This record gives sequence, structure tokens and C-alpha cells, in this order.
Amino acid sequence: MESLRTEDHIDFNTYPRPHIALDVDTVSAGYPGDRFAIENMTFSVQAGERVAIIGPNGAGKSTLFKAIVGLVPFTRGHISIHGEDCRTSHNMVGYVPQHGEIDWSFPVTVRDVVMMGRTRQIGWVLPPLPRDHRAVTDLLEKLSLSSVANRQIGELSGGQRRRVFIARALAQETDVLLMDEPFTGVDTTAEQEIMRTLDILTESGITILLATHDLSRAAESFDKMLLVNRQAIAYGTPREVMTPDVLSRAYANAIQVYENDGNTFMIADEHGCGD
Amino acid sequence: MEMQWMDLLLEPLSYVFIRRGLIALAIVGGLSAVIGCFVVVRGMAFFGDALAHTILPGVALSYTASGGSLGSNLFIGGLGAGIVSALIIAWMTRDNRLKEDTAIALVFVTMFALGIVLISTQQNYSVDLAHILFGSINGISRNDLFIMSGMAAFVLLVIGVLYKEFIIISFDLSLAYTLKLPVEALRVLLLVLIAVTIVASLQAVGIALMLALLTAPAATARLLVNRMHWMILLSALIGTSCGIIGFYLSYYLDVPSGAAIVLTMSSVFAVVFIAQKVVQQVRLMPPFGTTAAAPANPQSVAE
Repeated sequence: MESLRTEDHIDFNTYPRPHIALDVDTVSAGYPGDRFAIENMTFSVQAGERVAIIGPNGAGKSTLFKAIVGLVPFTRGHISIHGEDCRTSHNMVGYVPQHGEIDWSFPVTVRDVVMMGRTRQIGWVLPPLPRDHRAVTDLLEKLSLSSVANRQIGELSGGQRRRVFIARALAQETDVLLMDEPFTGVDTTAEQEIMRTLDILTESGITILLATHDLSRAAESFDKMLLVNRQAIAYGTPREVMTPDVLSRAYANAIQVYENDGNTFMIADEHGCGD
Repeated sequence: MEMQWMDLLLEPLSYVFIRRGLIALAIVGGLSAVIGCFVVVRGMAFFGDALAHTILPGVALSYTASGGSLGSNLFIGGLGAGIVSALIIAWMTRDNRLKEDTAIALVFVTMFALGIVLISTQQNYSVDLAHILFGSINGISRNDLFIMSGMAAFVLLVIGVLYKEFIIISFDLSLAYTLKLPVEALRVLLLVLIAVTIVASLQAVGIALMLALLTAPAATARLLVNRMHWMILLSALIGTSCGIIGFYLSYYLDVPSGAAIVLTMSSVFAVVFIAQKVVQQVRLMPPFGTTAAAPANPQSVAE
């Protein structure tokens, strides 16, 4: 019966809704010495919303995520999570890195990785307590990872690998989740697994920002789309963003868009395979 | 027969300075094997090797200041130079303008050359330089052993206390940042722990072979287990055992202790590595009886 008590340990519904979960205000970010990878980026996301971040390679999708997380410094502008400055706030965002940024041969099991997300709850010096083990067990159950809990992470399928890092982000007890191209390099089975996971997250009231190259997937399954190319080019519902006019402003010649009876057709030159 | 073996094991221990050598090798073998797990999983082998060499000018300064003696004073200079080098490398690679291996290489050769210049000002330096480079267990005093044990206790204690955090900064920096851990401080501290380990091992194994102590037991353990804490425990066991075996080899074959330990460690690694390959091959082979099916190509039988 333990698994039914997930909400006791991880309360995803602390904040009143609707309100702004993530606010990015005129942010410029990038490594010092380089020109800014993103400039004057402004947008905000309502709690519980699902936002797809789209844009060509090198548009700054990853940099945007890394600036929010604190991996890349931002020199101008302001980012707040639930109304508090992201640099000083106690609130954390969950971050699911790109597949290629993880060392899959690292000697850790699925359970170990998810437990890492609870480091703040565990505190300095101490080992994980029974409540932490319970919370991790619940999350593994929730994301259908219980059967592989003791496997080394390199032994997992593509869909399982992404779910491990989603579980780790949830273990942080955060309700804002950034996912950097989870659909890149997975087969259709894994893609469906990830989509099912996203539905579970949305039901739990979690705000999701997801970077992707898959425009039709983004238009189909997300509340809003943010089109970036160093700046926020367009932000709105898929209907508003998926127009030839808007898309061509970011993709220039890399994509051709046709509109016919309200349906949008695209022919893209890139598929994000270079990541 | 049994008595003879016992005699072989006990004979060297009748001299107090040789007993100290055995204890020293067991300590540094185990200690290096523990911190070496972080070196291996973080892919810092080159850094470890470089750091071992950068302590030379510090050692040389202590050596020169004491008028050419190899004693406990070497720890102070070595530790100073090691920590300074670790900090310089950490500082040079803070932003991404300089690739880490380039920064390491520059600091490494500069410090090593500086050390050689300093040592060469002394008379008869070549014998002492050889001791610093390749280690010598005969000169280990009671005091040295205390200092080594203290350093080992310090490193192990810090690793124990900050274990979760060190794993996170080694595995995935992005998580360290989202958790708002003091990433830079933890990274520098880990480098300092590696420097302390190298200095503690300096007398027993020397600078040139230090890298093997940091990598071989950890790499062997990684082949056998899939979780970091098991890897650390197994690596420590392998490191300590190889330290002890290396000691006896060094004693009976009259070869430098550092080289004896390193060859023991790489032999253990080779045995495990090859055994695993063989086991994998055997598993891939179809079970007996099923191979009886006629080969598709009759010519292959003739061959």
C-alpha cells in the first residue's frame, strides 16, 4: 500500500493555480568571452502548462535551460521560479539533460540516480533515511522503473534512460521540469513511453518545458510553443506559432512550410541528428 | 612446507624499518585506490599523473632547504606545490577558453622542469632524484608513518563526509547546479584530496609511478562491480593487497618498491580483464551439442 501514498512525500500542489511558475524577463546568457547565445529572451509559463521549445540547431534552446538551472551564467535580465529569483530562491527546477551529456558507463544504478535527486532533503553528511528510500521507491513505481531499479544505467532502453532522469528531477520535489531534447535519438516505442510519462506529470500538476526538433509532436501534444532563435521569436498556442510566416522567421531557409485548409505542412532540412 | 611460507612472510618483518615499509605501502596502496575511483570515473587520469609531477619543485625546495635530506620535510613542500598546482589548474579551466588537458600539460611540464632545476643545484642529486621519482621504502621513519596515516585519515574522512556530493559533481554537474551545491568549492576540494594522496604516497612509490596506484585498482574494481561504493571498497582491498604483495616482491627480488607494486597491480588488472573476455567469449558460444549441426560452408571444416 506504500505506493499509494506518494502524495504524502512529494506534494506537487503546494502553489495556488493559476499563477506564473516560470518567468524569464529580458535574459541574455552565454559563457563569458563568447557572444550571448540567447539575447533579450522574455516569456512566462503558467503553472501546469506544457510548453515546447522549438528552434533551429544553435538557437539557444539548451543555453536557455542551462541559464535557468544555473549551469550557464546570465548577465542581464531576471529569471524567477514561483515569483522568486532563481539564483537565491529555495525553489529548484528539475532538469533532464540531453542524452549525450550523461556518462552512461558511470557505476550507478537506477535507484542511485533517483536518490541523487533527494540530496537536499537528505542534507549534508547523512546517508538517505527510510523516508528517502520510500520516496524513491514510490517514484520508481510511478514511472514504471521498479523492475530495473537495481540495474546499472547503461543497461537500460532509451525510454527507460529518459524516465530515470525524469524520476530524479521529481525526487527533488520540484514542480517545474526542463527537458532537453528527450525525443532525440529514440525509437517510436520510447517516444510513446515518454509521452505517457509526460501525461502522468501533467496530471500531477507539473509544469513542463521541453526542447525538441519534432515540430509536429510539439504542435500535437503541447499547450504552447516557444519559437527561439537567440531571441524569443514567437510564443503562443500551436495554432498561433505553426504558421509559415512565423516559422520562417526562425528557420529561414532550413524549413519550408505550406498551409492548406488550416493544416500546416512542413518540409524540414534538419532533424537534430547532429546532437 | 607451511612453516617455510610463514618464514618467508615473517622474515622481513624482523627489522623495524622494513616493517614500517610494509605498513606504508599498505596505507598508500589503499588510500590511492579509494581516491583513484574518483579519478577513474571522472576521466582524470592525465590530471592525476600531471599533479604527481607538479609536486617536484615543492619537494625540491624542502630537499634543498634541508641541505639535501630526504625526510618528513618533503611532505610540507610537496603538499604546498601540489595544492598550488591543483588550484592553478582549477583556476585556468574555470571558463571554457582553455581546454583542461592543455592547462594541465602546461602546469605539469613547467613545475616539473622547475623541480629538476632546483634539485640539480645540490651535489649528488641524481641518487636522491631517483628516490623521489621511483620511491624508496627503506627511509621511512616513525614520524613519516604518522604523517602518512594522518593524511590518509584526513582524505578518507572528507570523502566519507562529502560522499553524496562528490558522486554528484562527478556524475552530472547539471544536477549539482540545480541542487545549488557549492560546485566550485567541491571540485577544488576533490583536487586537493588527490594532491594530499599523492604527497602521502611520495616516499613509498615515487612520483613517476603514482598514476598506476590511482588508476589500476579502481579500473580493476570497475570491471567487477557496478556501483560506486562497491567499487571503492573493492578498489581499496585490491590496492592494499597489491601494496603488501608488492612489498614482498620488492624485498625478495631487491627491486624498487614502487615498481613492484605497480607491476602487481597491472598484473591483477590484466588477469581480471582477460578472464572477463574469456568468460564473455565462452558465453557467446552455443552450448555443447548444438554445434553438431552441419556447418553452412563445408570448406570451413577443412580449415
